[in-house]
Amino acid sequence: MKTPLSSIILVLFGSFIGSFGAVFLKLGAEHMQGGLRRLLTNYWLATGIVLYLTSSIFYMMGVSQGQLTVLYPMVSLGYIWAILWARIFFKERFTVPKIGGLLMIICGVALINLGNA
Amino acid sequence: MDTPSGAKRAFLLVFLCTLIGAAAQILVKQGTAKLGAHITLGDVARHPDLFFRFSWGVITNFKLFIGYCMYGVVTFLMAAALKGRELSRIYPIIALTYVWVTLLSLFLLPDEHMNLFRWAGIAFIVCGVSILGLKK
Repeated sequence: MKTPLSSIILVLFGSFIGSFGAVFLKLGAEHMQGGLRRLLTNYWLATGIVLYLTSSIFYMMGVSQGQLTVLYPMVSLGYIWAILWARIFFKERFTVPKIGGLLMIICGVALINLGNA
Repeated sequence: MDTPSGAKRAFLLVFLCTLIGAAAQILVKQGTAKLGAHITLGDVARHPDLFFRFSWGVITNFKLFIGYCMYGVVTFLMAAALKGRELSRIYPIIALTYVWVTLLSLFLLPDEHMNLFRWAGIAFIVCGVSILGLKK
């Protein structure tokens, strides 16, 4: 049985949303300082958690149909967004290992899609 | 602070976390099988209520609940173990998750199979994730 494209798209969409979750969690961690009250009113953190939960719903819609051996590796494409947002929002530089690693991940995901026949 | 034995223990903990995290993925996959209906992104865009109905199905699903709790615990443990540590050497261990999920899927899930393309793809992804954290 072939894994439907619609499932792959859902998983990719989930990881895209999740990558924004990571950005907000990091912003939340940077604004973190003492006290439960401060923690509960840390809206960065709350937004990050909501984005993560939303992304996991799309992920689950995706994996409900098709093979996990095809769909789970698609999550690795999320590193692309993570590294891109880190560059844009946190001024973290692109390095040779990051670019090399990303290219390998893209090749890997392409190979898995080729193997989904 | 970061003694060699402390670093070793942290690495071992992260290694165990990747195994538990992979097992959680299998539970999540098994759990979603019970949610039935084939939904596409287009369906959700046209009928946003599908998102909330699906979410309700998730919350009331035992395997998904356990799977996500495991996933949450593992994420928290990893964050705690890695706080303040040198992260560049941890990526190869985290990348192993892709291998564990593949192997566990083959053993525990129905209708899963691998072929040369897929194994090559996993190898590329594991190598790619492994080098992400390297310093220049």
